[in-house]
Amino acid sequence: MKKLFVVLLALIAMAASPVKDGLDVGDTAIDFKLKNVDGKTVSLADYKDAKGYIVIFDCNTCPYSKAYNQRIMDLNTKYAAKGIPVIAINANDPAASSGDSFEEMVRIAKQKGYKFPYLVDETQEVAKAYGATNTPHVFVLSKDLKVTYIGAIDDNSRKADAVTKRYVEDAADALLQGKPAPTPKTKAIGCGIKWKSA
Amino acid sequence: MIKSIRFIFLGVILSAAGYGQTINQIKLKDLQKLLTTQSDRIQVINFWATWCAPCVKEIPLFEKLRSDNSNVDITLVSMDFDLDPDPAKVERFVTRKALKNKVVILAETDPNSWIDKIDKTWSGALPATLILNTQTGKRKLIQKELHEGDLEKLITELSN
Repeated sequence: MKKLFVVLLALIAMAASPVKDGLDVGDTAIDFKLKNVDGKTVSLADYKDAKGYIVIFDCNTCPYSKAYNQRIMDLNTKYAAKGIPVIAINANDPAASSGDSFEEMVRIAKQKGYKFPYLVDETQEVAKAYGATNTPHVFVLSKDLKVTYIGAIDDNSRKADAVTKRYVEDAADALLQGKPAPTPKTKAIGCGIKWKSA
Repeated sequence: MIKSIRFIFLGVILSAAGYGQTINQIKLKDLQKLLTTQSDRIQVINFWATWCAPCVKEIPLFEKLRSDNSNVDITLVSMDFDLDPDPAKVERFVTRKALKNKVVILAETDPNSWIDKIDKTWSGALPATLILNTQTGKRKLIQKELHEGDLEKLITELSN
């Protein structure tokens, strides 16, 4: 009887253990409704003809985000035309990083001339649902929101002209050909997302 | 006379170097050795960078730990190399803050090839702090900014 109780307890503990945080390659991502720097709300579903999405958790302040700024704009120029637009999301808590306030996002988007949405994830729920940890942190999604790639943009943060592996471009090209990403997952050093203090 | 002048000269050079900490550039294999070498002391390894505001904010906690607890080994591993291979910024920072903890620079490129070798659960985001007990094999990776008292609690947890 006692044994049964222990087994039962173990089962309850297992069932109650939290689900894995964030997305893995092959999972289906959630869509979202987030405010863009132009004040309008953006969802992935708004892109009726999209063949996929390059969702990038980014920010204004991180030196890695700054190092990748031009490369992110170039990704959008190259792939939005092919049906895979860049959607940038800033989840940083402005209380922890004042340079990431909505006003500063508007200013940066204007100054750089972003041709893609730059959305604010005020509640940080989208970043949590995706399992974003760094900036910039990329999730390449298919048209039906299947995750085909998670990770860094390429293999050289410091020098764009010294890059040898273009992970996101490779994933986007593969998606256009209906193939899996050649390197589905990478990691990079980066700034941790500035989470709200509990 | 000449000897004593030389001595004074040497003294001036040494004091100009601040606390006299030489910051070594290490490779991944050196870091892995640090993670696996058996020690009866808890190893506290903090991954930081001069550009990382929350990292800079929590560094005094490691300096305090050093003076409070002589039974832990603390290593501050600078990850600056990835964006800036020139060690000057790290050296200036260490001198300015008069850091007493051992500081090293991980001089490796292509982080994707080695982040998992430090810790499979690490995203690569900074700050990150790895605390290990090499004798029990227990380890804990904290992937966020630490606050007062966190380190002491983690060390107690891993000490048994």
